[in-house]
Amino acid sequence: MIRVVLPTHLRRLAQVGGEVQLEVQGQATQQSVLDALEASYPMLRGTIRDQVSHQRRAFIRFFACEQDLSLDSPDAPLPDAVATGAEPLLVVGAMAGG
Amino acid sequence: MSGVRVLVGTKKGAFVLTSDGKRQGWEVNGPHFGGWELYHIKGSPADPNRLYASQSTGWFGQLIQRSNDGGKTWEPVGNKFVYEGEAGTHKWYDGTSRPFEFKRVWHLEPSLDDPDTVYAGIEDAAIFRTTDGGQNWQELPGLRQHQTAADWAPGAGGMCLHTIIQDPKNPKRLFSAISAAGAFRSDDAGETWQPINRGLHSEGIPDPDAPVGHCVHRIALHPSRPDVLYMQKHWDVMRTDDAGGSWREISGNLPTDFGFPIDVHAHEPETVYVVPIKSDSEHYPPDGKLRVYRSRSGGDEWEPLTRGLPQQDVYLNVLRDAMSVDSLDPCGIYFGTSGGQVYASADAGDSWTPIVRDLPAVLSVEVQTLP
Repeated sequence: MIRVVLPTHLRRLAQVGGEVQLEVQGQATQQSVLDALEASYPMLRGTIRDQVSHQRRAFIRFFACEQDLSLDSPDAPLPDAVATGAEPLLVVGAMAGG
Repeated sequence: MSGVRVLVGTKKGAFVLTSDGKRQGWEVNGPHFGGWELYHIKGSPADPNRLYASQSTGWFGQLIQRSNDGGKTWEPVGNKFVYEGEAGTHKWYDGTSRPFEFKRVWHLEPSLDDPDTVYAGIEDAAIFRTTDGGQNWQELPGLRQHQTAADWAPGAGGMCLHTIIQDPKNPKRLFSAISAAGAFRSDDAGETWQPINRGLHSEGIPDPDAPVGHCVHRIALHPSRPDVLYMQKHWDVMRTDDAGGSWREISGNLPTDFGFPIDVHAHEPETVYVVPIKSDSEHYPPDGKLRVYRSRSGGDEWEPLTRGLPQQDVYLNVLRDAMSVDSLDPCGIYFGTSGGQVYASADAGDSWTPIVRDLPAVLSVEVQTLP
């Protein structure tokens, strides 16, 4: 079970209260987690990454285990603590503007 | 009793304002989508309870929301806007070429006769259409693939397709306008397009009379006379009587002919409204006075409408999609400001009252006249 924490606006959009819990097939990577997230919550398509290129939106960051994973390869394995559900993957809207 | 529903898009959410036919007491509902920019919200002429909204932010991109109950509840629909085939390039501010890239939806224009069909004007400039209520969007690529497109350049707000008008007498005819490429017309339901900018004169481009490159801010028509179009250009208020074959200036005695919105009285095709703005670098009304100007002669002769509008220390703007008219009698006129006010006139502009004073900056105002 993978735990994902979404920013407030995306929680409202997906109509979820707290963390999202996902079953991910195969290795847990940014790509596989986002695939599972978008399959469960189709309204999130395009809000975290581009729908065609799958490139992360510029003001979105991925944090976990006190590390910034945003610039890692989308296919790189996520930390074990995320893969086992001990720690959540944080999807963060970068602080900018008002 | 008939009534009106005013759909207001702001920089931080959407608001739905409703009133009965007297248009004196108002109910304010919102914010919907708090924190998001709502560039445009518009209802279907064929089904007034079907609304479409363009919702976006720099963080999370573009969403399209649909309501089937007049704005009480909303559901996200399709938000995938992919150019058809090769995206191609356009000119950037510095004169270099840059690929067309989707940024946001500026304008949603529901079909006149089918609630599930909607046109979308996007940045970078292109026109899309859905025929399934917003689930899927396909580009009408003939416009972006026009031979002049490589020379189109953005206006200060981006290279946006901000105006889409359907000819109510000819379902195959569409008009569109792009900042800063100009106005275009299709006579085959959007498959091919031709620039319709003859007569426009813009000092800010190398050839002031060029066929494309003009910063058109908005176009409006009266449904009874679709060959007559009124245009607020970057500078100049213009008119054509032959569906864009040629334009002539009708700025007349306006205090300044810069501005963004333009609209036409619902029952008087020669009665036109604009909001003069001081200049392209000073986006506020001249002399600190908020004045709508009305022409009852199809242009050239304009009168200031001031009753109920603040006449000192006003330094706000009224954006291109932020004015609309209802079809009651007398005709109601509405506009929203960058200061968060939405003003209404229930007597064709003779007098005004604010419906709300303190919304976020208003991006768009559309009005529905309800049975």
